[in-house]
Amino acid sequence: MGAGRKALPGLVQELVYTVDHKKLGMMYLGSGLVFFMLAGIMAVAIRVQLAVPNNHFLNPSAFNQFFTMHGTTMVFLVGMPLILGLANYLVPIMIGTRDMAFPRLNAFGFWIFLFSGFLLYFSYLGGSGVYGIGSAPDVGWFAYSPLTAKAFSKGHSTDYWTLSLLAGGIGSIATAINLIATIFCLRCRGMTLNRMPLFVWLNAVVAFLIILAMPPLSACQIMLCLDRYLGAKFFDTQAGGSAILWQHFFWIFGHPEVYILILPAFAIISEVIPVFSRKPIFGYPIMVMASVMIAFISLGVWAHHMFTVGMSSVSNTFFSASTFVIAVPTGIKIFNWIGTMYGGKLRMELPLLFSIAFLFQFLIAGLTGVMLATTPFDWQLNDSYFVVAHFHYVLVGGLLFSIFAAFYYWYPKMIGRMLDGAMGRWHFWLFLVGFHLTFFPQHIMGILGMPRRIYSYPADRGWEIGNLLSSIGVIFQATGILIFLINLLYSYYRGRRAGDDPWDAWTLEWATTSPPAEYNFEKLPEVHSARPLWDLKHPDEPDWKHN
Amino acid sequence: MFCKCRVVLTALLLTWTLWIPRLAMSEVNTVPSSFHPCSVPARAIYELSVLVLAICSGIFVVVTAMLLFVVVRYRRRPTDSAQEPPQIYGSSQIELAWTVVPIIITLVLILVTARTIGEIQNKNLPEDALMVEVIGHQWWWEVGYPQYGVRTANEIHVPVSSSAHPAPTRIILKSADVLHSFWVPQLAGKMQLVPNKINMTWIEPLQTGVYLGSCAQYCGAQHAFMLLRVIVHTPEGFQRWVASQKGLFAGSLATAAATTSRRVSSKNSTDLAANGRKTFFSTACVSCHRIDGTTAQGTFGPDLTHLMSRHTIGAGVAKNTHQNLATWVRDPQLLKPGCFMPDMHLTPSQIHEVVTYLETLQ
Repeated sequence: MGAGRKALPGLVQELVYTVDHKKLGMMYLGSGLVFFMLAGIMAVAIRVQLAVPNNHFLNPSAFNQFFTMHGTTMVFLVGMPLILGLANYLVPIMIGTRDMAFPRLNAFGFWIFLFSGFLLYFSYLGGSGVYGIGSAPDVGWFAYSPLTAKAFSKGHSTDYWTLSLLAGGIGSIATAINLIATIFCLRCRGMTLNRMPLFVWLNAVVAFLIILAMPPLSACQIMLCLDRYLGAKFFDTQAGGSAILWQHFFWIFGHPEVYILILPAFAIISEVIPVFSRKPIFGYPIMVMASVMIAFISLGVWAHHMFTVGMSSVSNTFFSASTFVIAVPTGIKIFNWIGTMYGGKLRMELPLLFSIAFLFQFLIAGLTGVMLATTPFDWQLNDSYFVVAHFHYVLVGGLLFSIFAAFYYWYPKMIGRMLDGAMGRWHFWLFLVGFHLTFFPQHIMGILGMPRRIYSYPADRGWEIGNLLSSIGVIFQATGILIFLINLLYSYYRGRRAGDDPWDAWTLEWATTSPPAEYNFEKLPEVHSARPLWDLKHPDEPDWKHN
Repeated sequence: MFCKCRVVLTALLLTWTLWIPRLAMSEVNTVPSSFHPCSVPARAIYELSVLVLAICSGIFVVVTAMLLFVVVRYRRRPTDSAQEPPQIYGSSQIELAWTVVPIIITLVLILVTARTIGEIQNKNLPEDALMVEVIGHQWWWEVGYPQYGVRTANEIHVPVSSSAHPAPTRIILKSADVLHSFWVPQLAGKMQLVPNKINMTWIEPLQTGVYLGSCAQYCGAQHAFMLLRVIVHTPEGFQRWVASQKGLFAGSLATAAATTSRRVSSKNSTDLAANGRKTFFSTACVSCHRIDGTTAQGTFGPDLTHLMSRHTIGAGVAKNTHQNLATWVRDPQLLKPGCFMPDMHLTPSQIHEVVTYLETLQ
């Protein structure tokens, strides 16, 4: 896309035909943002409904559809494409190669993702559910059986949900295979595994997690289809099926999914913090080890989502303990990021601002995660607003803030122009205030006994102030996002020209032009350390002398 | 930037302090706060929670202080030289320290958690403990007392426990359709009601009163209004309640007449109730509802035998008043859209009669 602008038909044709990892990456990011807006509008509607007790802004069925679609969209159509888009765009350049290992598979991955999004949203037109034509899924993004059985979910809305996730899963697996092949086979000369940028390392870990976690989801989607259409009895409790089986399948996927979404955030932060502190990442080897540890342990903690289904005390203790253990490598990472900033010269540019906010918010998210891992405490907090607060601190305070950091950091590389700083600061502060105003009170609402996924609540429960504040916060957040979107468009046409290396950074993507040419590098680079551009800029004190 | 920081912090603090009076007010039990426990298991959870909260707050304060210090101290200032800071690649001692300390904290957490799990989950209740069977339905609670042969809905009555007379209540949880979750924060942590599986939890309330609860597991359209009340009586009060539920065949018109006569002109209302009864038993009402001692033996909807003894109707959607009952009978979808009770298309006079009849079900 970049500087040379084409007429629309030409552009569309180019995008449809392309197999270039950079164009596909930007298409992922673009469609991720479109779905983000849709999910955001639903979130605003949800918060308007809950602003005051006994509200009638939405009827229960609309509310249930909105929170289902909001959750499904945010996880599968916003989180996944944004992180896969960044990985697609950056990984090949960072390891000094010309494209992904399988460019056509890459295009397939994108298009099937987009198809899965259309399939999900087509339910608004075609899914004739209980409420007549045009019913979106209303079974929650977790779709616990037997609410999804034919007896309780009539019509086709649940089928659209199932097929959409099935398609999306195939796309993610294809992209993950592609990433692994690219990272392990196409690194430029001198780029050994211990010289790979952390961003690449973490994306490799994520790709392995996707390959391990997605098949259980696809498997249980297929089983659900069999239940609904061929009379299989996996989850149909009225015919003797098991309701808990679905939960095991779903969370064997669902818990690693949390790390599929948050490890890329770590990846972004690990690139931004060193550059803006002017120091190398503190403890590179232990950072890699901690990430692998997190991914590994994340595969063995799924049942902490199920402390209330009536497991034995031994299972409860085991899953509680294994979840606590994840806090150790995660803590190491937080300390190492702070260690990276220690003794540096912090340039308070927007990517770093978002990264610092990330650290603070992710700390809170991690600590509330520890509280939820405490089984007895979880018996109280599970399925309460405390959980809503916790995972929004992970996914908004963590993932989304880091994605904003990524946009401010890499937009100049992708577009060739800087994002506007003044608008960026407005975006940052409005979104920060709005975020905490919305989600912090929800911790307390959960402790005060407010359950999740309720479309309304009686007055006098002590939940009114929290809900009102929470809804006010959404106004701030929405304004911030609006400014961000305007900034993206404005800077595309009017932004200051970036040059090849506006941040004085060190990884290979800054060694090529902004935006990079189709072939990335005229001559494939050769590297001697984890920071090739540092070596170039400081020939007297190159990195490889210290490692 | 610092000015903005202060604004953010003040806003956050304000958010917090606004809550304090609410927490204090939870004495009156309208706020089902898990931090105001009134039962043995809830209290055990609360004590562990406070410990975990304290540990986490400690970590939060330390790490935030580190973060703030680094951000404030190492911001680049205009006076700084253009030179890059010293390049430090790591330090094994420091990294070892911040690996070992969290491991120790984790071990402590695992031990205290395991202890409380055991205390609650492996508790041996006495064989003769009161047993309450709770069955979750879309979107109401069926409550049974197998030891007494009493059946009710959306309200659980139990006796209070004291050190002199410990009286824990065993709660058997079943589901008639989809997943639900039993949650009365002040009395116990939640537990799911799973079809084809029998779950068990227990409470041991230490104070009389009314405790609010709800379904915590999303179970369809009216998940929000699947509310629950636990009424904790004195031991004598509980026996009286059981007696009243057992002794009275509310369906018999003789008693109905006796009770209603005190409120309205007896002759008139007896006629009304008799007509209402006729309407009730000649329409589809009977196929879903049960009234003890009559031919109405439906189990799809709540048991109505002692309807008037309950605080709310529609599983907590409205107070149990004449007006609300009339609205409910006229069009349940108005109060609880999506619920399974259909509009029976009764005439206004029929509605009045049916409600009068329902009001005899003391």
